[in-house]
Amino acid sequence: MAVAEREQQAAVELVDLDTTPLRELNQRLHDLVESPGPAAWRIINPNGAHAVACGLDADVDVEIEGHVGYYCAGMNKRATVRVHGNASTGLAENMMSGLVVVDGNASQSAGATGRGGLLVVRGDAAARCGISMKGIDVVVGGSVGHMSAFMAQTGSLVVCGDAGEALGDSIYEARLYVRGSVASLGADCVEKELRDEHRAHLAQLLNAADIDADPADFRRYGSARQLYNFRIDNAGAY
Amino acid sequence: MCGIVGLFAKSPEIEERLGVHLAAMLTQMNDRGPDSAGVAVYRDPAPSGSSKVTLFSADPGEDWAALAAELGSELGCSPEPGVRASHAVLVVDADAAAAEAWVRANRPDLRVMSAGSVIEIYKETGLPRDFAEEFRLTEFQGTHALGHTRMATESRVTTEGSHPFSTGLDLCLVHNGSLSNHNRLRENLRREGIGFETENDTEVAAGYLAWRMREGATLEQALEGCLDDLDGFYTFAVGTADGFAVLRDPIACKPAVLAETDGWVAMGSEWRAISVLPGSADARMWEPEPGVVYVWEKELV
Repeated sequence: MAVAEREQQAAVELVDLDTTPLRELNQRLHDLVESPGPAAWRIINPNGAHAVACGLDADVDVEIEGHVGYYCAGMNKRATVRVHGNASTGLAENMMSGLVVVDGNASQSAGATGRGGLLVVRGDAAARCGISMKGIDVVVGGSVGHMSAFMAQTGSLVVCGDAGEALGDSIYEARLYVRGSVASLGADCVEKELRDEHRAHLAQLLNAADIDADPADFRRYGSARQLYNFRIDNAGAY
Repeated sequence: MCGIVGLFAKSPEIEERLGVHLAAMLTQMNDRGPDSAGVAVYRDPAPSGSSKVTLFSADPGEDWAALAAELGSELGCSPEPGVRASHAVLVVDADAAAAEAWVRANRPDLRVMSAGSVIEIYKETGLPRDFAEEFRLTEFQGTHALGHTRMATESRVTTEGSHPFSTGLDLCLVHNGSLSNHNRLRENLRREGIGFETENDTEVAAGYLAWRMREGATLEQALEGCLDDLDGFYTFAVGTADGFAVLRDPIACKPAVLAETDGWVAMGSEWRAISVLPGSADARMWEPEPGVVYVWEKELV
């Protein structure tokens, strides 16, 4: 690699969304799939714009200074996206891999349908956090709202604060860890024993999320596996 | 979809520029509701013993001065109506109910958009950003205001079907969501003597609040009643003479953000709407809890 090219990649690319159209920013980030460019980006003045840094597929670091709107870092692959602010609905929705970190709070459906990677919300996440997750790991420093991990299939949800009503309703095989209180468990979600393997798994997730918490303080929840097959006893309910 | 904004001034600087801020907030929600837009502004109290009515005429050539003279000869009325596009505000030397009754009896072609001592409601079809310009929102000074941008999911896109809906004197409601039991509820409320002018679901919620408060409920109790009696999705913002209230249904699919500084309290469907306010970057900001009534009133702030 030529020296000039290396220098270009080491520099931080600054994009001001007050003056740069959002589509132009996202297009430039998408172009990194085909042709290499800056490895570090700093985005200022997002002012709640939707779909900031959505659909990335490159080994880049993107820092966003301010609050973002819907679907920030949606479908993320490989990239690291950090939001120094709050995020609105659908943060990192359907994320495939990589790392997304939000310093503040996230609105509803954070990490929804995520297939992989790690999503960290340092503040609170609202309702439906990790809904229908399919392999993503979500670590929340604060609390989560109602119906979190609804129909969660695989992956993990770690909640350092409290969980709202109907946690893990109709859950398949995802692992849920909550340090605080759980307002109520959803259908077919039960508390399970926290064994050494789970403590090790939790320690690894907390470490990756850079959150200081003792795995021994958490309780584990998962599927009772009573909804996997039709039961004739339930026929009257339909 | 739809977008809601609300702004409550806590400082004279914000009161002076209330309309500028309201217009900016509403324009930010343009894309959430391109079908129609509307605002309720609380400003310029009518003198003691008088009241204000905001009227809408579908006739672009409406002679508002003649109407004021006619109304004035019966009840006493300021001779200079405040005309903004298809709307006009009349200050009447009588209570608001009498003025409203006179309009309904003598000019059934007009619509009473609001009545009270401080409220003014303006609403019209078309893009919110055009609405803000046409109705000269930036001119307004006042204590607080609500705004709505509509993307219609049921009932027609008309001026009457736009929000805010007036629910009683100095009271109004804006709504993001859709109600599923509004037909049955409308019939029940009609039997209680509540009148409706559209097939719109939000008008039913407004009528429900008016009915509950007529029966003695406080605004907070009436809103709590919504949790039991309304079926569907909603984020409501309700304006009163003294402030505003916010309620989200327990499922809370419809968004809402609240923020507060020393100068203002603001509510928006999205942060985008609030980000245009002075000092927003340092505002305290949070998402209202599902099923919880939030109220701001002059005495409380």
